Amino acid sequence: MENIFNIFIKSIFIENMIFAYFLGMCSYLAVSKTLKTSVGLGVAVIFVMVVTVPVDYLIHNYLLREGALSWLGDSFANVDLSFLSFIMFIAVIASIVQLVEMIVEKFSPALYNSLGIFLPLIAVNCAILGGSLFMQERDYGSIAEATAFGFGSGIGWFLAIVAIAAIREKIRYSNIPKPLRGLGIAFIVTGLMAIAFMSFMGIKL
Amino acid sequence: MNTAKTEREPLFSAKTKKLLLGPLNKENPITVQVLGICSALAVTVKLEPAFVMALSVVIVTAMSNLTISALRNTIPPRIRIIVQLVVIAALVILVDQVLKAYMYDVSKQLSVFVGLIITNCILMGRLEAFAMANKPWDSFIDGIGNGVGYGIILIVVAFFRELLGSGTIWGLPVLPKVFYDLGYVNNGLMILPPAALFLVGIIIWIQRTKNPDLQEEN
Repeated sequence: MENIFNIFIKSIFIENMIFAYFLGMCSYLAVSKTLKTSVGLGVAVIFVMVVTVPVDYLIHNYLLREGALSWLGDSFANVDLSFLSFIMFIAVIASIVQLVEMIVEKFSPALYNSLGIFLPLIAVNCAILGGSLFMQERDYGSIAEATAFGFGSGIGWFLAIVAIAAIREKIRYSNIPKPLRGLGIAFIVTGLMAIAFMSFMGIKL
Repeated sequence: MNTAKTEREPLFSAKTKKLLLGPLNKENPITVQVLGICSALAVTVKLEPAFVMALSVVIVTAMSNLTISALRNTIPPRIRIIVQLVVIAALVILVDQVLKAYMYDVSKQLSVFVGLIITNCILMGRLEAFAMANKPWDSFIDGIGNGVGYGIILIVVAFFRELLGSGTIWGLPVLPKVFYDLGYVNNGLMILPPAALFLVGIIIWIQRTKNPDLQEEN
């Protein structure tokens, strides 16, 4: 239990998707102009990550990794399909995003209207695929750990996009050199935020 | 495609030249179109992985643009995203396997970022915006241009980060030892992730100072 909690905290603060790995930067920069839309996208990312990382964990451990197919019989014990992981993971993500979109549309039209346009965007958000690939590389021990990692990474991404959106809303009133306005200052502010997040690195978990 | 070539277009006309060179400056995928930043910044600590990454992206953008453009009339619009993702993922798997076989060290350093080429927004962006509506050869050139435009930013950032952060270029020490004897210290900040963001910010600043029409209002 303690281990799971550690992974959760670590993935939010120390190994933040945006500030440590720059994953999901495209939508992070494109959608962070207003606070309201960025909250919507952030929630959608948390939701999709909590679902896709455990599903990809199961696929990795029971279908793709070396020896994973041994439950089919001894003759499959040496099969290593891990080179297929990219294509499997992206297929899972694309179909789950589609599924989530349909479920949300059916059961909660209000949520669908607020998230609607962001859901298809998420399929190509690097943070989602990155989460699954990090899960594969770090080889988490149980599905609970993988879920904690997915949830934590999603929250970390949510925090980052909400924070930059709030800053960008205020920075509009500042007198920034003209060529730096918009994109340029967003990069530099993100850099400063990343330095602030690095102070969490000292925490030993 | 299947149309007879009534008027022959030269292989490198003014149009293809524009397609090739535009992304290097005024239509740069990273600093102007804001595409593909995701996997760009994490691999720029050293020049070698940055160069390999840039090369991989050029190959994947060019080949996926070519493939999708050749198939564009047969792909049903409703499932085009899945088709595009499958083509990209297959190409990325090829690149990943080649890297693992011939450049294992670099492939280890790049870790998950080779796989993340799949979700690199440059690919989807160019496929949607260009390859779905243009001929294979033009799309191929457009893919190369955008891949190189992305690669140039990567290499410039990696050059400064490696030079200032480790005092080496491509792993070879270039700063004379005298510097260190006089008290010069490598800048540790350059190795850390935020330095990449600052450098890209500065590149955008310089580029927009030179091209005032790219400046934003807010």
